[in-house]
Amino acid sequence: MNSSMLFGKLTFDALPFYSPIAAGGAAVIVLGGAGVVGLITWLRAWPYLWREWFTTTDHKKIGMMYVILALVMLLRGFVDALMMRAQQAIAMNAEGYLTPDHFQQVFSSHGTIMIFFMGMPFLFGIMNYIVPLQLGARDVAFPLLNAIGLWLTAAGAALVMASLVIGVFSTGGWTGYPPYTELSYSPTVGVDYWIMALLVSGIGTTLSAINFIVTIYKMRAPGMKLMQMPLFCWTALCSSLLVIFAIPGLTVAGGLLALDRYLGMHFFTNDGGGNVMNYANIFWIFGHPEVYILILPAFGIFSTVIPTFSQKKLFGYNVLVYATMCIAVLSFTVWLHHFFTMGADANVNAFFGIMTMVIAVPTGVKVYDWILTMYRGRLRFDTPMLWSIAFIVTFVIGGMTGVILSIPPLDYVFHNTLFLIAHFHNMLVPGMLFGLFAGYAYWFPKATGFRLDERWGRRAFVFWVVGFYLAFMPLYVLGFMGAARRMAYYDQPEWQIYFVVAAVGAFSVLLGIGCQVIQLVVSIRNRKGTMDLAGDPWGGQTLEWSTSSPPPEYNFAVLPQVSELDAFQVAKEAGRPYVWPTHYEPIEVPRNTALGPIFGGLAFVLGFAVVWHIWWLAAFGIAGVIATIIARSFAAETTRIISSEEIMATELRWHADVRAKQEANS
Amino acid sequence: MTTEMRHHPGINLSHSRPEDERHAEVTVFGFWTFLMNDAILFALLFATYATMVNRTAGGPTGAELFDIGNAFVETLVLLLSSFSFGMGAVALKEGREHPLKLWLGVTLVLGLGFIGLELREFAGLIGQGATAQTSGFLSSFYVLLSIHGLHVLVGCIWIVVMLAQVSTFGLSRQVRSRILRLGLFWHFLDLVWIVIFTTVYLPAVAS
Amino acid sequence: MSGPWEGEHQGHAITQPSSDAKAEARSYLWGLGLAALLTALAFGLAVFKIFSGPALFAAIGVLALAQIAAQFRFFLHIDLSRQKREDLQLILFTGLLILIMVGGSLWIMASLDQRMMG
Repeated sequence: MNSSMLFGKLTFDALPFYSPIAAGGAAVIVLGGAGVVGLITWLRAWPYLWREWFTTTDHKKIGMMYVILALVMLLRGFVDALMMRAQQAIAMNAEGYLTPDHFQQVFSSHGTIMIFFMGMPFLFGIMNYIVPLQLGARDVAFPLLNAIGLWLTAAGAALVMASLVIGVFSTGGWTGYPPYTELSYSPTVGVDYWIMALLVSGIGTTLSAINFIVTIYKMRAPGMKLMQMPLFCWTALCSSLLVIFAIPGLTVAGGLLALDRYLGMHFFTNDGGGNVMNYANIFWIFGHPEVYILILPAFGIFSTVIPTFSQKKLFGYNVLVYATMCIAVLSFTVWLHHFFTMGADANVNAFFGIMTMVIAVPTGVKVYDWILTMYRGRLRFDTPMLWSIAFIVTFVIGGMTGVILSIPPLDYVFHNTLFLIAHFHNMLVPGMLFGLFAGYAYWFPKATGFRLDERWGRRAFVFWVVGFYLAFMPLYVLGFMGAARRMAYYDQPEWQIYFVVAAVGAFSVLLGIGCQVIQLVVSIRNRKGTMDLAGDPWGGQTLEWSTSSPPPEYNFAVLPQVSELDAFQVAKEAGRPYVWPTHYEPIEVPRNTALGPIFGGLAFVLGFAVVWHIWWLAAFGIAGVIATIIARSFAAETTRIISSEEIMATELRWHADVRAKQEANS
Repeated sequence: MTTEMRHHPGINLSHSRPEDERHAEVTVFGFWTFLMNDAILFALLFATYATMVNRTAGGPTGAELFDIGNAFVETLVLLLSSFSFGMGAVALKEGREHPLKLWLGVTLVLGLGFIGLELREFAGLIGQGATAQTSGFLSSFYVLLSIHGLHVLVGCIWIVVMLAQVSTFGLSRQVRSRILRLGLFWHFLDLVWIVIFTTVYLPAVAS
Repeated sequence: MSGPWEGEHQGHAITQPSSDAKAEARSYLWGLGLAALLTALAFGLAVFKIFSGPALFAAIGVLALAQIAAQFRFFLHIDLSRQKREDLQLILFTGLLILIMVGGSLWIMASLDQRMMG
């Protein structure tokens, strides 16, 4: 491809007029984006957004922005899923409506988005909002780093979205295996977009994880020992540790692949002494812990929701903590089970197969703990609890199919069939997504002051769960019948009915998502009825419920003193849930800063420039990053003080809300 | 200095300033976390190098290419820079600004010298036709050493920034804390270099 | 309330007991000497090949580990004697994971090489 000094490889051919469907997708993105921008401009909301949201260093607002990013990306990733299901439902001895190349882009972006730009931001959003509150802390350890992490993740997501409009996306799947993704077989910019998006968001994720680890180790409320932390904080800690130790694998695998593509090196090429198998090895050193990065915090959410809605103490707290740690360590010892068929000898396969079975044990222990928490509890079936119960049942099925796959000889049969696809969706949809939905419904009133609409929540739940089973159980059967994954079309008539059922399931999920959108609108409209500013709508057990909803910028006017697990529950049982002093100290909070958006913008520019070989722009991006860091290190005033009068006024308003609620209840 | 007095690995803060300890505790722990992340990155590059070392694709091998004398000099230069940074840390602890700047300057010169030696080595190899595109072995060699070299370069820039900050702000708490983190970074790079000369240069000569 | 930028160095001219600084400097000198010695030994063994084969590689490896330990002790001031520090646990855990990742990678890739080329 020709390359110019000014625009690199970028020409008008990059616009997606190669297919009407791709052009339509691009049009939706462009018009949607223009619509949002237009709406904000019309509302004159830019100064407000910039002041209160984009430049904030408040962990709560950053958490909410993460969740919004995740929900937007969920829509995009789900449209990809729907397209695949629709294609495969009709592509029996027919071409369907997608070209093979486009179909490949769709499944690649589906996987990449759902893992890196839906799952991770959703988790980090909830962790951001909740962990400091549960720890009884005023903020995270490094608020600025936190903001930069968010904006780098957003920059990565923006690169994936940009590929829809300018150029193409990778056709190499979310794992991007070479040699197919090498320049000789994938000469377009798709793989480059994929690599740059992952590298940029990987840096952001690493910064966030460092932040959480330090916050959890060093910022706990006075008196709170590690073994008195809520379980969600434990899972956030283990998940963050996994990020620290796993993301380098992604950086190395992606980085070396980029060096092959850009500088003609020979890490994973067929010729020149390259070693394609090493890519799979390094990628899965990252990839397997990544699964637990996604799933552990969701376990933490279930461990919070189930006791609250069973109105009991969590069963086996210590065991759950140790099981979490076990999973975190063992997750680094199983990566080869993703490539049993690569040809390592029987000893290697046997070792990793056994380790895979071993890691099922602590997970199983957790399931029993949750069931025993519910046993003889006074169960309330609000939506967070419904998601949790659906999770337990569904997740166990997925876990059992996982144990089947962990046996190397069986894996040789199922490798790269739809059985595998069914298995990991059966783990990640209930294990991660249901957990995130449970957390979303559970903590929504904490963040906004009002609850989500219960009726629409139940409808969404039913459509989602029914849709899930309809969409993925047929894939197990297809796997048994030998259907390979990632097929744009096929010629086995007996397969089609299963693909059709799966498509029906996907449309049921679409209805579920539709219900969730309606739920949000209805909840905002009817917020008067479910308003609870006092801050404890569910009868929560942990410290985030001991402050107002939404919490003030400083979270706690007085840091709570903790001496036991479930500190807020203990205080409530002792009859003094709130300790209100007569006088407040001023509190130091970080100032707003534009650095988050600046770094995000520079990272996007840098990534885009590298993708299109626009070297002057890439140099500008790097120079900008370095100059910004150095300039920041000379900045003097990075914090401001909230006066005791202001705190007093805020707190008194909250006290009035709490008293009103107490009177209404008594 | 007794063991009980050391509250943080790698920290040499003055004992008479407890507020330093509190302030440093959070940032230093965060920096250690980052360093461990970086250590895993290097570990994977080492693993890659080890799997690629025989994949010369008919090109030259390490035994034919490497100049062990140059590697030895590089090793000594980096070791000396680690030591000179340590002396700077001693001066910092005593609150003596002038010797601190002097030792930081020495470290900077040694760091730049190391980068110069490495670039000269690369130029020599490329002159013999042994480029990163020649074979998988050479790709992994150049990348491993360049990533380390880039870290050293970042360290050098950081030293320059800290010299400027010492001049601007004096030895404020923030500046002291940053110099100490820079120290951790610098010593860490020497540790990585030990593994480099042990896995890259010495086996090539010994075999 | 003291901001992070409070320059408390002014008018705070502390002169440390110089014995302490000397001990500190001595620690760095020890580190330098030990590291130089271990480096020279490793290079010497490799260049002069007093013995060869696996024993030589093992010896070089042990010398490297010794030097890493020495630099941890004298430059980074980390040893095993301090109790209860998250930092130390973090470093040891990293060591374990490096062992798993590098050891596992070498095992896997060696097995593949042997079966596919040998």
